[in-house]
Amino acid sequence: MSMMSFEKKYRVRGGTLLGGDLFDFWVGPFYVGFFGITTLFFAVTGTALIFYGAALGDTWNIWRINIAPPDLSYGLGLAPLKEGGLWQIITICATGAFVSWILRQVEISRKLGMGLHVPFAFSFAVLAYVTLVIIRPMLLGAWGHGFPYGIMSHLDWVSNVGYQFLHFHYNPAHMLAVTFFFTTALALSMHGSLILMATNPRAGETVKTGEHENTYFRDDIGYSIGALGIHRLGTFVAISAAFWSAVCIVLSGPFWTKGWPEWWNWWLTLPIWY
Amino acid sequence: MKTLTTKLFATVGLGTALLLGGCEMPPPESTQWGYRGTGMEGLYNPDTLNELDANNIVPEALPAVPAVGPKSKDVYQNVQVLGDLSVGEFTRLMAAITEWVSPEEGCNYCHVAGEGFAADTLYTKKVARVMIQMTQNANENWSQHVGGAGVTCYTCHRGKNVPEYVWNINPGHKVAGGMKNQMQNVSSVAAGLSSLPVDPFTPYLLDARNGRHAGTTALRDEGGVSLKESEWGYSLMMHFSSALGVNCTYCHNSRAFSRWEESSPQRVTAWHGIRMVREMNNDYVDPTTDWLPPHRLGKLGDAQKVNCETCHQGAYKPLLGANMIKDYPNLARLAQPEPEAPAEEASEIPEANDMADMATGGDQ
Repeated sequence: MSMMSFEKKYRVRGGTLLGGDLFDFWVGPFYVGFFGITTLFFAVTGTALIFYGAALGDTWNIWRINIAPPDLSYGLGLAPLKEGGLWQIITICATGAFVSWILRQVEISRKLGMGLHVPFAFSFAVLAYVTLVIIRPMLLGAWGHGFPYGIMSHLDWVSNVGYQFLHFHYNPAHMLAVTFFFTTALALSMHGSLILMATNPRAGETVKTGEHENTYFRDDIGYSIGALGIHRLGTFVAISAAFWSAVCIVLSGPFWTKGWPEWWNWWLTLPIWY
Repeated sequence: MKTLTTKLFATVGLGTALLLGGCEMPPPESTQWGYRGTGMEGLYNPDTLNELDANNIVPEALPAVPAVGPKSKDVYQNVQVLGDLSVGEFTRLMAAITEWVSPEEGCNYCHVAGEGFAADTLYTKKVARVMIQMTQNANENWSQHVGGAGVTCYTCHRGKNVPEYVWNINPGHKVAGGMKNQMQNVSSVAAGLSSLPVDPFTPYLLDARNGRHAGTTALRDEGGVSLKESEWGYSLMMHFSSALGVNCTYCHNSRAFSRWEESSPQRVTAWHGIRMVREMNNDYVDPTTDWLPPHRLGKLGDAQKVNCETCHQGAYKPLLGANMIKDYPNLARLAQPEPEAPAEEASEIPEANDMADMATGGDQ
């Protein structure tokens, strides 16, 4: 496979966390590494088990395939394969694959001599998943509290878990998470449109520079955070979104069993009202 | 920089402490209500469950007496409802009612000393008569709701003259001049401290309104109910939830609230319960309004009425499902009614068309 002219200088040896130089090579454009191998292993095994689980189910309708966690009665023990055991192994595979991918990002970052910003940010997405299927179920005492693997079924789970707390929108951490998600989308769309504006001008005009970008936003909202700043801000709001999602669900159940509207009672009983 | 870091850590630490200060500690008790992975389950703080156990201790039954011997109507005067009981049974039931309803005041809560037991001087005695009929009617005609466990006076009264949880028609809160009272958007106790409508009881537990809010088509093309009216339904559901100590998934699979096929059997029990309570309020409680003393009436002059919490008091089954009626069979069925008693009216056991309504959904 062809390589771009500058690519060669980035393909340096070393920087691995595990396995020394055993897997320190590329296949085409892809770096392999020890964690590339483990990613591949967990991803292929997990996907194969999902297909097996789908084959055991009563539908091949992609929307309705469902691989459910065990009954709560199994607690934190292992369940028979067809009664949630598959879900347990798939969860191990998924976590293995995601964590491997983080560590592969770390190895690549080290090769490039850059900071660990990418694996750090990605690990928050993985944290949210791990919170849902490992941390929260362990705190609640049963794997059955994890969400089922299926396109519609996991949405139904989200709905019902929300209604376990009567009205999930009253969950303060959920409020923060939602706000950060929307802010991420807003910031990304504003930034994206700005970049398109600058780099893709109408025919006959030259590509604009950072000065144009700054001026546009100073005119628009009175402030420009700058080319570097927007990426810092973007990282912050995106990471916060994932972080507070994890917080809002780990609070629900392990640390709060009642309805979320009731939680706001502290506000209603503040002495300022009397 | 160091001071800044210290301050930052102190702020974060304090914030976390405040946040967790209102929290409970894991692990809670959990129970599964639906197929695995559907998320239909209940989570309970063990402390709450202990409290529930402590609040639902059933008093020991009085020693049973034989149903033989002269009847109370032949021995006493003005026995309108329990006349067919033997004198022994009658006396035993009176003693039980005293223990359940007026343990401190004793017999004198309903009977004036020196006047004899026959006189209807006190309103409390007349209320007791109506309430006995109401209890018997619930046990005989509403087995779909009260099941084998049935209800007695104690189910609601728990040693209090008036059950702790009753309701009156809510006249609404004060609003600024010129503004209309929306009867919502304030913290509603009835609706679990949410901002939902403050009085969900009048439309559903007094008036015969149905909770059919979910559309059957993607876009609602005709009629239907307003958003505001739908929120009455949600408000009532919040009351169900706090009254029974359960969450929405005890009865509903929230992916399709209205579908009976996907709901749990408890929802059918609740459906009958709505109609039972409605009948209690209209046929038994409301007629007492005319002769109740003013201090027993609400702001709008209506009698104190029944809702789910009156019996359930935070438990999924009143008294956690304890069967008291087996010890007091005289309350299990309607006694020979007095001529004008409403108990004679046909009870609202769902007939074929009601069942069809249930199958086609909608009624929450």
